[in-house]
Amino acid sequence: MAIDKFLVEASHIMMFARSVGDANPIYHDEEYAKGTDSGGIIAPPTFAQSSAQFDPDYFLRPKIGGEGWFGSGKEATGSKPSKDSGGGGGGGAAMGLHAEQHFEYHMTLKAGDVLTATTKPGNSWEKESKRAGKLKFSESVTEYRNQDGELVITATGVGVQTERAVDS
Amino acid sequence: MLKENEIKVGDTHSSVLVEDLKRTQIVQYAGASGDYNPLHTDEIFTTQIAGYPSVFAHGMLSMGLTGTMLTDYVGDGALKKYGVRFTNQVWPGDTLTGKATIIEIRQEDDGKVVDLMIETTNQDNVSVITGNATAKIES
Repeated sequence: MAIDKFLVEASHIMMFARSVGDANPIYHDEEYAKGTDSGGIIAPPTFAQSSAQFDPDYFLRPKIGGEGWFGSGKEATGSKPSKDSGGGGGGGAAMGLHAEQHFEYHMTLKAGDVLTATTKPGNSWEKESKRAGKLKFSESVTEYRNQDGELVITATGVGVQTERAVDS
Repeated sequence: MLKENEIKVGDTHSSVLVEDLKRTQIVQYAGASGDYNPLHTDEIFTTQIAGYPSVFAHGMLSMGLTGTMLTDYVGDGALKKYGVRFTNQVWPGDTLTGKATIIEIRQEDDGKVVDLMIETTNQDNVSVITGNATAKIES
């Protein structure tokens, strides 16, 4: 996965913060944010995950026209997912279930930043489990750089393909 | 930001992250994050095709909710690292509590930091997230 242009916008940060139950004004109130050390609106710690919005081929988003979408319409399933592209900012659902996620913050991510992201595969390994059969783990490492080419966030995701649905 | 003279190893901070998690909040997270995997929002697909008892939350929603507790504690822009393992699924109706425990206060090249152990549990006291974080502090 590579993302050429991830615009970090205040309204997107506001919506993201709401969705994770975060009422901190630094994520939505520009006047308040101006008076803080960061001098403006910043992004919550897991915001980089929403880079999926800026991956044109992200396979966990229905395409315009709905073609190839595997969720339910009239019937329980539509088409099978067409490709294995996309990684949503460092692994996870593109590889089955999300097992782990790690972020390293080199700089504070701010509204107005324009990021690029490049993802490389990391380690992969297998494990047997009682709850879901054979587990295949694979790691991916995404580097987010800002408009000045500076490394802002390194995100490492670990995805797991399970043999069957996980017993709860 | 936390102040070195006001904290010690073993200190904890915890808060309720969500009570009776609603399916709509999961939809809200799908929309904001861009992860529209039907396992999280499409009950028909998830029960009939994928074989789960109901839709369930994105792991990243649990990590995001836990992150809210974490930044409320360590302050804005203070995090240097934040990583988690997703140890159990989170279902609609779950009530989650997040907890951060100080395990070390130490010096890094560019200043003092605190290492934290993170755990989020559900209403049955089952762990759904375990992890670690490192944050800058004022010395």
